[in-house]
Amino acid sequence: MADLTSPILDALSSTDAPILSSDAFPSTPSLSVKSALDRLASRQMVEYDTIEREVVGLTGEGEQIVAGGSHEAKVFEAVAAAMDGLKITELPGIVGKDNAKVGQGNAFKRGWIKKDQDRLRTNTESIVDETRELLLTVQKTQALDNQKTLAELKKRKLVALQKVINFKISKGPKYAREFVKEETDLTSEMLVNGSWKTASFKPYNFKAKGAPTPSGAFHPLNKVRQEFRSIFFEMGFEEMPTNRYVETGFWNFDALFVPQQHPARDLQDTFYISDPVQADPPREDPLNDPHRPKSAQPVSRAYKENEKPLDFKAYWDNVREVHQNGKYGSVGYRYPWNADESLRLVLRTHTTSISTYVLHKLAANPRPARFFSIDRVFRNEAVDATHLAEFHQIEGVIADFDLTLGGLIGFMEVFFAKMGIHQLRFKPAYNPYTEPSMEIFGYHEGLGKWVEIGNSGMFRPEMLEPMGLPKDMRVYGWGLSLERPTMIKYGVSNIRELLGHKVDLGFIESNPAVRLEKD
Amino acid sequence: MPTISVDKAALFKELGREYTTQEFDELCFEFGIELDEDTTDTDRPIVDGVQEPPQLKIEIPANRYDMLCFEGIQLMLNIFLGRKPIPNYRLVEPSSGQLEKIVVKEDTTKVRPYVSGAILRNVKFDQARYESFIALQDKLHQNLARQRTLVAIGTHDLDTIQGPFTYNALSPKNFSFVPLNQTKELNGEELMAFYEKDKNLGKYLHIVRDSPVYPVIHDSNNTICSLPPIINGNHSKISVNTTNVFIEMTGLDKTKLEIVNRVMVTMFSQYTAEPFTIEPIQIVSEHNGETRVVPDISPRTTQAEISFINQCCGLNLSATEISDLLKKMSYDARPSANNPDLVDVDIPPTRADVLHQADIMEDVAIAYGFNKLPRSFPNISGTIGQPLPINKLSDIVRTEAAMAGWSEALPLILCSHDENFAWLNRKDDGNTAVKLANPKTLEFQVVRTSLLPGLLKTIRENKHHTVPMKIFEVSDVAFKDLELERKSRNERHFAAAWYGRTSGFEVVHGLLDRMMAMLKSAFITAEEGLESTAANDSQYWIEELDDPTYFPGHAASIHLRIGGKEHNIGTFGILHPTVLEKYELKYPVSTLELNIETFL
Repeated sequence: MADLTSPILDALSSTDAPILSSDAFPSTPSLSVKSALDRLASRQMVEYDTIEREVVGLTGEGEQIVAGGSHEAKVFEAVAAAMDGLKITELPGIVGKDNAKVGQGNAFKRGWIKKDQDRLRTNTESIVDETRELLLTVQKTQALDNQKTLAELKKRKLVALQKVINFKISKGPKYAREFVKEETDLTSEMLVNGSWKTASFKPYNFKAKGAPTPSGAFHPLNKVRQEFRSIFFEMGFEEMPTNRYVETGFWNFDALFVPQQHPARDLQDTFYISDPVQADPPREDPLNDPHRPKSAQPVSRAYKENEKPLDFKAYWDNVREVHQNGKYGSVGYRYPWNADESLRLVLRTHTTSISTYVLHKLAANPRPARFFSIDRVFRNEAVDATHLAEFHQIEGVIADFDLTLGGLIGFMEVFFAKMGIHQLRFKPAYNPYTEPSMEIFGYHEGLGKWVEIGNSGMFRPEMLEPMGLPKDMRVYGWGLSLERPTMIKYGVSNIRELLGHKVDLGFIESNPAVRLEKD
Repeated sequence: MPTISVDKAALFKELGREYTTQEFDELCFEFGIELDEDTTDTDRPIVDGVQEPPQLKIEIPANRYDMLCFEGIQLMLNIFLGRKPIPNYRLVEPSSGQLEKIVVKEDTTKVRPYVSGAILRNVKFDQARYESFIALQDKLHQNLARQRTLVAIGTHDLDTIQGPFTYNALSPKNFSFVPLNQTKELNGEELMAFYEKDKNLGKYLHIVRDSPVYPVIHDSNNTICSLPPIINGNHSKISVNTTNVFIEMTGLDKTKLEIVNRVMVTMFSQYTAEPFTIEPIQIVSEHNGETRVVPDISPRTTQAEISFINQCCGLNLSATEISDLLKKMSYDARPSANNPDLVDVDIPPTRADVLHQADIMEDVAIAYGFNKLPRSFPNISGTIGQPLPINKLSDIVRTEAAMAGWSEALPLILCSHDENFAWLNRKDDGNTAVKLANPKTLEFQVVRTSLLPGLLKTIRENKHHTVPMKIFEVSDVAFKDLELERKSRNERHFAAAWYGRTSGFEVVHGLLDRMMAMLKSAFITAEEGLESTAANDSQYWIEELDDPTYFPGHAASIHLRIGGKEHNIGTFGILHPTVLEKYELKYPVSTLELNIETFL
């Protein structure tokens, strides 16, 4: 496409009055004119206004009529040219099938021809081809005043309304006759040939965004997870081996002193496994099991040397006893404990099953320890905006001698301050495996109210002592879901927008970095 | 947690003052119950032209069965506030000196072996008390009694029936009676049919329906009082005017049976002519040695260590101070006469939740105020923070994949059987996947054995996104493994999927190469292999693979030699068009999936 910038500048050179593009460049498509004008306008060399108007133009068929006459005129000529009328069947052969059909009808209507048995004969000496005349006028003036006629021609698809764009162009403040080519970028070539010294550079558009950078992304929920992991690492916590989705009733419930008739164990709440069918009673993991936790292999050699073997049979019996008859100063739940119920396989309903497993390992060599995990748990819940059958649980465990409740509260203040929550209060609550149990409420500045942000407590003696942990060892446990604080922080109202296959990839790709202490 | 609705004005009257919603919320918070809603400013329902008075909806912890009614909430809060003394519950024998009896027949062991009961004499009900009495039974049935399976309660107007009573188990055809609020006499079978569709009772029928004998309690005139756990007889029906109430309960769990009994009688003996008196009855049950007088409302006497309480709470309270705090929580406690480190504690019959001195310690902390406890920071005991090795490895793989321009997806771990097998043109050999017994929907039939279904569903749900789409996931799949205690094991996988106008086969192949390079594994081709064998301890190669998941001729298996051992760690390729069709994908997809645990 020819560059119009010079012709435009030329056209303006002789006058200070605006010019019209339809006068100056009648046959140039308006898009080409516009692109040249934009280039000039961006340098303030010209200014222009866009004038849009509607005109009447001929369709392809209309053009043909202007050139060769209307269908009815063609029919009349063909009939007139025949010596002794024209056989009707011969008409399409002479004027064409389409012309014959429409033209014959119109010619009859106008009284130009008549029918004589199987022949057509002229009914008049000469005719005026009004249709063609009309279209000629339209072609010249691009308008038609008589609306009724216009509508009729439109209906016959001989004319159509078209939009015409015209530009009213005048000199801009930086008008010059010459259009100096502006460079858009500094190139290696320009460095080599030195043209950068004289080149004129197009001003950079500082109002536009740069080129989008192709990029991978972490999932937003995993970014929040990483923040929590960092907090745990900063505070000396070791990550627990939660890569174990299938648990037994024993590890998921019984060992946590959750009675076998507890509603959490209902089919309505817990996923049970149909295949494989039944677990084995608790026993030592095979030595080569990659899931053996690090806690089974303490970093310090001194601890390792003090380890005593774990008696799994005793643990099993202790758990049964504490449920069924009471033990360790507890009266127990006093119901007949069923071993088969304990060997049922379940999808873990909480990662506390793993905490239990790790604490039992700790009994081989009781010592101060801090553990955490953030991983998926499963609940057989009806799915809605705030519930999925899967979510992530954040869990922390601190084991030490003579821990106090005030210490748990003090710890929570530091833990939650690291994610930007500075006002906490604690409500007595109930949980089968912690006593005391405290619900943690944090003051949410944005919502202007206290919101429940987690659960905490000290694990019950009925859970710890069957493992063989000493009586004066206290263990804090606390937990929260990963999804809930994420939803509160980022105003996500539907959990399905955060976890699962329905999450919008655009959201994943554009979600900003997570900085819990600032957000 | 159960939620109990109580009349606001009545409760505040009992508490001796008005509370603002916020003040009452604070009180609940300190005590450990939760004010869910105050209906004062809501559109309350209008019944018989009268608008329901404002209610407080209070959430009660699941182990405080004594607080599942208005009577329990007001009593416990009043004791907590120091406004009421701890009730002195007493058993009072009838003036005749003859205890009422329930004689238990041995056949009951076939269906519902245990029975208990009590009598409340000279009870004064009014409409509110009567409704609360009915509602408490309902709440106990729902919660502690596990939908009437473990325990079921029946209450009767004692003046309409005549002891001694018999607890028997009869063939459904061999007895008949008019059920509560009905007019027609039905036998056991007819009764099951009659209540089959009943919204309230239908769900309890299964507890006894298929038993050859049904449990029945009848009086000395053979009038049937109840068919537990389904329904009472109409004959002995109680009303707001009833003054002598016979309470019976049957069940499978002895402990819970007595808990239910104690809660019922302690709460409603508040309304007997002489408050807190209960008339005991005798259970005669020789065949199983359960003959006894019930209810046992004597407090459970125990001791708690002062050092334990102080150590856990971080306090330094005296035995007297601890005793005083415990009184707020309805215990009768006093310093032990013979051991300075003990307090003697009488646990009232209302407090079935107290199992261990840890529970007593918690109540000291609650009475003291959780939020007033001296705060400290637990010792830094020289623990060492460290990630789980497999998670650290996963993070390396995730980071490399994201840096290579791929976006991380986080689909669900559970999926349908078809998504995991048939849709990927894979066959279930029965030894691979962990299957769920009770999913609510088809979406959750198996634990995935591959990350592909989740990635393909993620693409399916994101078709509005520009192509190509490049997504990945690093997470666990699970397999059956009968060698292990839990008969299954997780395995950490890395998977990626490309979706675009072209197949992306080489792109996915390139991602594999990049990942292997980052994990210090060299690619072995015919030539390079010779050079690199000595230089590296980890090498990989790929082999053409015939696998129906993939398009023929465009799939490979991935092989790793590490520490002298060879492993087949995964596959990649262009997905077969039939797979795309199942997952409703319009463009070609190439995927990569490998087990990263070999790199640990």
